[in-house]
Amino acid sequence: MTTFEDAERDLEQETEGGAKQFVRNLANNVRHPPQFIQRMLKNPVSLTGILLVLMFVVIAILAPVLAPPVRPEEPYRIPRDGYLAEPKPPSPEHPFGTTEGQYDIYYGVIWGARTAFRVGVLITLATISIGLAVGTASGYFGGWVDEGLMRVVDIFMGFPFLLAAITLAAVLGSSPKFDRITTGMIALIVFGWTTYARLLRGDIQSVKERDYVMAARTLGAGHSRIMLRHVIPNSIFPTLVVASMDIGSYVLNFAALSFLGLGAEPGYADWGQLISFARNWMPSLSTYWYILVYPGIAILLFVLGWNLIGDAFRDILDPKLARSRR
Amino acid sequence: MVAYVVRRLLILPIIIFGVTILIFGMISFLAPGQRASLYIAAIPKGAGEIDEIIEKYGLDDPIHEQYFRWLNGVLHGDLGFSRTGKAPVLDTIKRYIPASFELAMWSAIPLLWIGIQLGVISALHHNRLIDQVMRVFAIIGWSFPTFVFGLLVLMIFYAKLQWFPAGRLSEWAGQVVLSAEFTRYTGMNTVDALLNLRLDIFWDAIRHLVLPVITLSYVQWALILRVTRSSMLEVLRADYVTTARSKGLAESKVIDKHAKPNALIPVATVGGLVMIWMMSGVVITETVFNYRGLGWWVARSAGQLDVISVLGFSLFYAVLVVCGNLVVDVLYAYLDPRVRLE
Repeated sequence: MTTFEDAERDLEQETEGGAKQFVRNLANNVRHPPQFIQRMLKNPVSLTGILLVLMFVVIAILAPVLAPPVRPEEPYRIPRDGYLAEPKPPSPEHPFGTTEGQYDIYYGVIWGARTAFRVGVLITLATISIGLAVGTASGYFGGWVDEGLMRVVDIFMGFPFLLAAITLAAVLGSSPKFDRITTGMIALIVFGWTTYARLLRGDIQSVKERDYVMAARTLGAGHSRIMLRHVIPNSIFPTLVVASMDIGSYVLNFAALSFLGLGAEPGYADWGQLISFARNWMPSLSTYWYILVYPGIAILLFVLGWNLIGDAFRDILDPKLARSRR
Repeated sequence: MVAYVVRRLLILPIIIFGVTILIFGMISFLAPGQRASLYIAAIPKGAGEIDEIIEKYGLDDPIHEQYFRWLNGVLHGDLGFSRTGKAPVLDTIKRYIPASFELAMWSAIPLLWIGIQLGVISALHHNRLIDQVMRVFAIIGWSFPTFVFGLLVLMIFYAKLQWFPAGRLSEWAGQVVLSAEFTRYTGMNTVDALLNLRLDIFWDAIRHLVLPVITLSYVQWALILRVTRSSMLEVLRADYVTTARSKGLAESKVIDKHAKPNALIPVATVGGLVMIWMMSGVVITETVFNYRGLGWWVARSAGQLDVISVLGFSLFYAVLVVCGNLVVDVLYAYLDPRVRLE
């Protein structure tokens, strides 16, 4: 077995192309974390991003300490202080004030960080997995499989992302089978995977004709071995790394659904849901600014953190951009 | 080229067929009672009527029979009845189109112009301070959720400073527009006001448009900037630009005559798509500003779980997008002969 693998490896090393170079960069960076981290930390843009995301990680972990839940069995329910309709400004008991119905905004912002990570990570994992499966199948097998799968992608892409998610969330929301959070997440997953499928398909197509893949095939390697050992590692890591930074944009879209009343239900610790309370107070928002400003800052900084890291990653990893820096 | 267009035109019906299946798939998710409202031309009078309709239209029939019956209706322009619009879906769409189109139109013009200018500046000062500043601003731009941005703008300029109003028109202007001596040619307030020579109404409509236009365009603005920038950077490294420089052309001429026209090809196609993408922004923006257009209606329908309206609009829009994409792709192939279409 060693000889087979050695032969594969040798062939691969002899015939590697630009994409491989990129992966080697990445691998080197990962193998020498000090260098890689140094590069990220030296760049003020990515440093800001890392600090912002770390801040939210800390807030999410320390949520029970920062805002002890009144009912520990249901920590995501924002505690209420009475049922008064009018929002109350920040005070010692409610540092960020309360919304209508007296939901505590501070509690919602703190526990909302946990909701954001949960929603963002789950949606990103799900969409990338679907995109990976469809994209690799499409790119590797080509022909009718490719044609069919790409037409399916075309159909899903016929809908603008947020509009599609709104539609599906409304449909699912009208049946009592799912709770609201699940509904919103499913809606974003169903229409979110298509870009990844398309990108990954392109990546795979560019690698699968390489000599070392041919060589592996002549050596008698099966489809799954060629895919897992040769094609996937050499083609898609850049896309995957960049895609993983989409957590921010999914949180943003989920917040938009919540704002429209299609994501988290009222009283759930979710930033978009908190801001949706502001809709009822638009003419007097200058009085009730705290309903909008505190959760708004939380979303903005969270999304900004991921986008800053993503942008820096793209810079470090993208060979095209590296060339342009010359 | 011709082969490509023909191939795309052949695929078009397949895609649209797929879109209808996807939409019907969502419809069949609903209970028969909910689906009954697809067929009601007025607000139902009682539960008995709904049972009658389920019976009459066979909403308990096998799914494929129902699909073809539904498709037949759709092909005849029957998208169901909109509870929120209090009219058939297609009529409601027609009613709200002018408002949304007006908003998108007024957003697209400054957006494309400013985005392209800034993108070119950014590319010409590649990696220098001005480029970095614009880059950070662009990232902040698309990290800002539309509804937070819109509400902030509303809070500052409407609630606090009272510079700009919300809605589509002031009350007095609305009355004039609805009155007999005002002819509604297009349904777009700004255009109609000009055609009726009512500058006061034009001014009022513009004042109502300022905040939504800013909100709708700022995300896309960052996008246009980035596309122009990277395309311009690529062109500036191209051999023909080096040639133009080496034969001694003035730098301004090199940029205006040789670089810019070629750099703007991808921007042109993205610009075409911006109108499509704006739709997602329109839903949020119109809701925030209480601007009664398609997006406002869709958001309201979704919030009240008037699924038939949302699905009807989605179908309408998806067909529009699929056709629009075809036009954009063909345009791209026409503008850039290097793009070889398989």
